[in-house]
Amino acid sequence: MNDSIVRIENLVKYFDISGGFLEQLQIRSGKVRLHKTEVKAVNGVSFEIAVGETLAVVGESGCGKSTLARTVMGLYPPTSGKVFYRGERIDNLSSKQMLPYRQRMQMIFQDPYASLNPRKSVRQTLEEPLRFHRGKISAAEVNERMAEVMEQVGVNPAWQDRFPHEFSGGQRQRIAIARALVIDPEFIVADEPVSALDVSIQAQILNLMMDAQDQRGLTYLFITHDLSVVRHVATRVAVMYLGTLCELATTAELYDTPYHPYTQALLSAIPRVDGTKQKHIKLAGEIPTPINLPTGCVFHSRCIHADERCRNEIPELLSVSDTSGSLVACHAVAEGRL
Amino acid sequence: MALLEVKNLEVSFALRHGDLVALNDVSFTLDKRERLGVVGESGAGKSVTGFAVINLISKPGRITKGEILFDGKRLDQFSEHEMRSIRGNHISMIFQDPMMTLNPVLTVGTQMVETLRAHRKISKAEAEKIAIKKLELVHIPSPERRLSQYPHEFSGGMRQRIIIAIALLTDPAIIIADEPTTALDVTIQAEIMDLLLELCDAQDMALMLITHDLGVVAEVTERVMVMYAGKVIETAKTIDLVRNPRHPYTKGLINALPGHGECDQENRLQQIPGTMPNLTEIAPGCSFHPRCDYCQDICRSTVPELRQIGESKERWVSCHLVGKGQL
Amino acid sequence: MQTKRQKFKESYLLYSFKRDKVAMVSFTILTIFLLAALFAPVLAPYDPYDTASIDIMDSEIPPSWVADGDSRFFLGTDIMGRDLLSTMLYGLRISVMIGIGAVILQAIIGIGVGLVSGYMGGKVDAILMRIADVQLSFSTLMVAIIVSAIVQLTFGVGRYEQLAVPLLVVIIGIAEWPQYARTVRASVLGEKNKEYVEAARVIGLDSKRIMFSHILPNSLSPVLVISTVQVANAVMSEAALSFLGLGMPVSRPSIGSLINAGFEYIFSGAWWLTFFPAILLIIFILVINLLGDWLRDVLNPKLYKG
Repeated sequence: MNDSIVRIENLVKYFDISGGFLEQLQIRSGKVRLHKTEVKAVNGVSFEIAVGETLAVVGESGCGKSTLARTVMGLYPPTSGKVFYRGERIDNLSSKQMLPYRQRMQMIFQDPYASLNPRKSVRQTLEEPLRFHRGKISAAEVNERMAEVMEQVGVNPAWQDRFPHEFSGGQRQRIAIARALVIDPEFIVADEPVSALDVSIQAQILNLMMDAQDQRGLTYLFITHDLSVVRHVATRVAVMYLGTLCELATTAELYDTPYHPYTQALLSAIPRVDGTKQKHIKLAGEIPTPINLPTGCVFHSRCIHADERCRNEIPELLSVSDTSGSLVACHAVAEGRL
Repeated sequence: MALLEVKNLEVSFALRHGDLVALNDVSFTLDKRERLGVVGESGAGKSVTGFAVINLISKPGRITKGEILFDGKRLDQFSEHEMRSIRGNHISMIFQDPMMTLNPVLTVGTQMVETLRAHRKISKAEAEKIAIKKLELVHIPSPERRLSQYPHEFSGGMRQRIIIAIALLTDPAIIIADEPTTALDVTIQAEIMDLLLELCDAQDMALMLITHDLGVVAEVTERVMVMYAGKVIETAKTIDLVRNPRHPYTKGLINALPGHGECDQENRLQQIPGTMPNLTEIAPGCSFHPRCDYCQDICRSTVPELRQIGESKERWVSCHLVGKGQL
Repeated sequence: MQTKRQKFKESYLLYSFKRDKVAMVSFTILTIFLLAALFAPVLAPYDPYDTASIDIMDSEIPPSWVADGDSRFFLGTDIMGRDLLSTMLYGLRISVMIGIGAVILQAIIGIGVGLVSGYMGGKVDAILMRIADVQLSFSTLMVAIIVSAIVQLTFGVGRYEQLAVPLLVVIIGIAEWPQYARTVRASVLGEKNKEYVEAARVIGLDSKRIMFSHILPNSLSPVLVISTVQVANAVMSEAALSFLGLGMPVSRPSIGSLINAGFEYIFSGAWWLTFFPAILLIIFILVINLLGDWLRDVLNPKLYKG
């Protein structure tokens, strides 16, 4: 695909949690050795995001979706794998070389109470990225840009001298969105942008984000655990489990015909508002820790369809059939057992 | 007679700028074995309602008006000592974060035995037997072994099950669950919802489920009351409410749900403008009027009463316009 | 828009201050002390540094209300015939000067080290914090004894008298900066993982700017709290050093050296020489600590429920 904006290849991110030198020392069978404990947050994820689309990454807590978002943004260096932005590799750039890309990719965070600096007024918060990236910009231009963005996100520009604590959660999230939009990016990573908000505010923010997408031709990487939100905003959905991609499909296909057993369980668990009760698919056991990943398919310990092959061989992300665009990483689906 | 009856409850918090009314004229009943949902956004007063029932409102808050009748007894007039024989015994409460309720330095067994023996004069061995039984009820595998484990050895979903088992220890008549699934993942949330449903049936319990999630309410409860800015604005059978909401706020809330409400051509959600007011700045008249699309003069001046609408005896709405041809 | 003054009037800080009698009384006493120290040359009836005005015949006069007292000297005079009240005012001035100076020095070193240590983490953090640990394992007294001994030896006692104030500031400042470094580091560790810092990194800001413009302003409230207590500690350290004869010389006495000087005569009946400076020191330290406690309660977000 030529019109991809971001492409990641086999992205892997491990976190070393073994602490200092002394904590790594272990005595095993009479020998002293250094032992590193690593959290395997993201294990070889690859996908492409096309210009103008919204790719949603869903999964439960600890599945590595937030780490994935931050690695794409260059906040964490990947352990291995590559990140491309419009064909250029960006994961190995120095922070100076990264600067031109910082103007084009921005991020929106989950907690509007933590994502705004409490000691900075709205004006200072919005001014900073502008002045930083557009060094020679006149005060009049700054004001104009600020007013325009604030207007767009629905925050009265007259309030620019107020501080974050004077705003409600929804308004803060609007300001956080304004900060991301003010330098005119083309790609935005949104990490759970509405999970901390009340239902009626959630709708306002989602509408705002979709309006901004239409007006500015934005591309979103949308991280969330809320499957109802995904259904509403996403063009395509990637389902993650324990740092691995289980299924990647267009939103309509995923909700109509989920293939991966985990996707099926996830979808069945969404509470229905209309009172039509659906039987929840029960998953066996507990989520394994990302420190000691299961062998073979990461999901096999909880999957009722798992067989010997699933326990030993890691499934690849494969196309289900010629007619469907869904990509699924499951032996049972590939073999036609499911 | 209802098992629990709350009449005209008012709860205020004495703050430096004067009294803050957190609950205003809240009335409801809970029958034996009934599952009641309390829905609202943050700050609507739903948690305060739960705490008020078991008289656990922390200072500077206090119950300023109204009655709370449990089994015909006035709980609001009980002393702290008398209340202790009710709380955790006849009425149990479950909270959002299991780690806040469980003591991290005591084994699950110790905590369960102590809770039981605080309310009943039984031996340790007997208490342990009951504890094991309750752990079985919440589907915890090999409960005998689990008793000697510490809370951190359990996963989030398991901890919430243990909290539920502790709440069940004394065979309470009512369980008040305050956002019991909010901190959990969807698949675990589904398990806990199933569990709550199963237990209410099997154990003859009434459930008061406090949550912001209409989906959870729709799956678990039979009747629901919607709260806004410290008031009950609509109550109905759950199925009726989610299919046919009457109060403009309830309508807005349900239509704002992604993947549920109707969208316009551009795929935008229907949104309620503005935010819920701070309790210090509630508008005169109907507290929802500044955000309401149907607002008229009467809404700005007069506080609406909760009144019965339509054929169902369960449906009460606090809106001037509903049922009068306008809405 | 609200003006700053209005905002302050409605602030929680002022509100809780008005409700807390202990804080109000402490603040009033502290203000009086600080003003007295600042305006000592104006307020003091005599100039204790002016040897010409001192008459040795006036030595050891008890306070004015005691028999044998002299109405010219309200709190009596010391062994050299200096008016005790005036000497105490000048002494307080020196003590406060050293206390605040030392705390400023501590704060500059400590905040810098704590900020870098907390933000950079890893090896930088490990090295800086071990240095802080080593520093803390030297007691203030030990450092002071060694340094002042060396200075007295190299410059002679005469020069030492002139160098005493800056020297004490440096000694106490160096000895106690790790307190600041640790507090700031802990606070930075809490702040640096917040999303607003990530947002700043997404914008592309460099570490220096993120540290000083984003993290530092949000890490300062615990610094404010320990600063009050640290001023009290520095004044105490100075008093202890002076009491041991390692601090201010008797010719330019601080509160500590006054207590020390009077202590030798306590058994000869001249109790006031030690008593009044000691009371002044106790009250001064007490009100600062009380204010520090109040400030900690107010600024602690866990206790603050608005």
